[in-house]
Amino acid sequence: MSGFLAILLKEFAHIRRGKTTIVFTFVVPALQLTIFGYAIDVTIDNIPLAVLDLDGRQDSRAFIEAMVNTRAFTVRERLQDFGGLRRALSAGRVKAGVIIPANYSERLLRGERAEVQVLVDGSDSQVATTAVNTVSLLATQMSVARGQALNERMQAAAARDPAGRQAFPVDVRPRLLYNPDLESSHFFVPGLIAIILQLVLVFLTSFSIVKEREQGTLEQLFVTPVGRAGLLFGKLLPYALMAFGELLIVLVLMVGVFHVPIQGSLPLLLVLCGLFIVTGLGLGLLISTIAVTQIQSLQLAFLLMMPSVLLSGFMFPRSEMPLPIYLIGAVLPVTYFIEILRGIILRQAETADLLPSIGALGLCCAVILALSMTRFRKQLD
Amino acid sequence: MSEAVIQARGLGRQFGPVVALRDVTLDVPRSAIFGLLGPNGSGKSTLIRMLCAVLRPTAGSARVLGIDVRQDPEAIKRRIGYMSQKFSLYADLTVGENLAFYGRIYGLSRERQARRVQAVCDLTGVGPFLDRLAGALSGGWKQRLALACALIHEPEVLFLDEPTAGIDPVARRDLWDLLFALAHRGVTMFVTTHYMDEAERCTHVGYVYLGRLIALGTPDELKRSDEVTPPGTRRYELTCPDPPAALAAARAAPAVRDATLFGNTVHVLADGSLSPERLLEQLVPDGAGAALRPIEPALEDVFVALSRAQAARGAA
Repeated sequence: MSGFLAILLKEFAHIRRGKTTIVFTFVVPALQLTIFGYAIDVTIDNIPLAVLDLDGRQDSRAFIEAMVNTRAFTVRERLQDFGGLRRALSAGRVKAGVIIPANYSERLLRGERAEVQVLVDGSDSQVATTAVNTVSLLATQMSVARGQALNERMQAAAARDPAGRQAFPVDVRPRLLYNPDLESSHFFVPGLIAIILQLVLVFLTSFSIVKEREQGTLEQLFVTPVGRAGLLFGKLLPYALMAFGELLIVLVLMVGVFHVPIQGSLPLLLVLCGLFIVTGLGLGLLISTIAVTQIQSLQLAFLLMMPSVLLSGFMFPRSEMPLPIYLIGAVLPVTYFIEILRGIILRQAETADLLPSIGALGLCCAVILALSMTRFRKQLD
Repeated sequence: MSEAVIQARGLGRQFGPVVALRDVTLDVPRSAIFGLLGPNGSGKSTLIRMLCAVLRPTAGSARVLGIDVRQDPEAIKRRIGYMSQKFSLYADLTVGENLAFYGRIYGLSRERQARRVQAVCDLTGVGPFLDRLAGALSGGWKQRLALACALIHEPEVLFLDEPTAGIDPVARRDLWDLLFALAHRGVTMFVTTHYMDEAERCTHVGYVYLGRLIALGTPDELKRSDEVTPPGTRRYELTCPDPPAALAAARAAPAVRDATLFGNTVHVLADGSLSPERLLEQLVPDGAGAALRPIEPALEDVFVALSRAQAARGAA
């Protein structure tokens, strides 16, 4: 460990001198969390809708009103002909169009099937899925209501509740746990913390080491009595401390600004964050042993960030992914860290519940550290 | 007679199948300035890195200050200084912070550190710039700071890897004055360089060519060696209006052993039996504006002669 203190003090002097490091560590993550935390909202509502109501009477107006009342749709245009509707869709002014035929009211009155056509722009699959599900559910509900009204007149019922009113024969009562209001932020903010923490760790550490190699100062250090351990820990410890400070800031933001409370144990959370910080330092070190220039280390860090965002389960559920893609996510430590964060913060998970994720993260950490340290040592020889 | 400060015996290094350096044997006495020359890629850096105990030899042995480079590299590192051509300083730290950092690296006590900073500032003159960022210094001052950092722990041996590459001539001369001052205080220096004038200032020189140390000695010894000026030959400097034509003529003349362009003149190694007048006739037939004068070989002549001989041996 000889030279540890000298390297440590020098590294803090670099950090103090280069204001960008401090901004990058403390200010940028706070901004990122705030901006992205608000931006990423997957509850889809207010889909712009064009209406072509050829009937125009009470029943058809009630249908449109019911669509708007789901809050999934908002009426943008009322049109008179089919061509206008197609143009509104192709121009992208609306994402969905509803066509109510002229004989809608008559057919309902006669007890015949009334057909309502809904055109949905399928290019954004999430919006389209929501639109299709919403109108299907709406049609079912309206049909059931009409059926029940008919039953009532005939004194018949498929099932009745204790008060004697008509009821569904099968009554499913979903109850939402952990995130009853289905707030997107509850799901995304803990994951975002993991992503931002990895970003800061990997960039800072790989940069600080590659910079030293690029300047030739690393070569100079090898000629001095600085030990490998002293060099490594002296360089990494400051960034570990900075990352921990950054973590505390974003956790406070999460609780204070996004009102995502930490349901589980805070000490457990911090200990496991510590494990991830060590892993992140290892990743940075690994990149620094591959990259020769700072530009290369930047490229490698980006190469790591893309799958970390897309394949880790941060954005999309991993259970839906094809096996090869699923396996890519499985070797990313951030995958397990996101599972751990969501577990502790949202579901009050305890150590025993998280053992698989903790084990996997620990394994990632051990492999990355072993690999990066070996490569780092080799380069010194 | 004390042991040589730097001692190599059959030292060699292989990188995989590539032999970067083979069979180097040399002794550098205390207070010497040893100049190591050779083309790029000839193995100079490999040699200097092995002597600094950074790179393990694959053949032979080396001792620096009596310590074997393989047995206790750390002990050697504590007692040597190293300065590279890149002036490896931290540009975003001040001059004072750079000095303090290297002082801490070598574990100097607080009092010794203060004393040493004063001493290296006195020697190199960086004292007035202690609060300036190292990156803001000019090339010559960066080099002085690098030297100051390399000297902070009072090393007994100083390794300098092309210390004057890319430095203006005045700064270059200033640095050499500093090196002489250090040698006078008993510091042994091992310098690699491309500059012949710098080599001339060294007390000992070595020349590495294609991974072999092909010349070793004081500059005077080398100039007098038979391989450079074989018995029965003499060296002349030819001044004439058309040196390239004279060079071609010289290379064609049977009495001429070797000829090389030196600026506006041609250095010619010819049989001593031939009189200067006859030689001049052969080289510049019309004789107009041409003059021939006998000279001692410069170090450059030495290295050219030795490289050619070595290349000829290698080709044979």
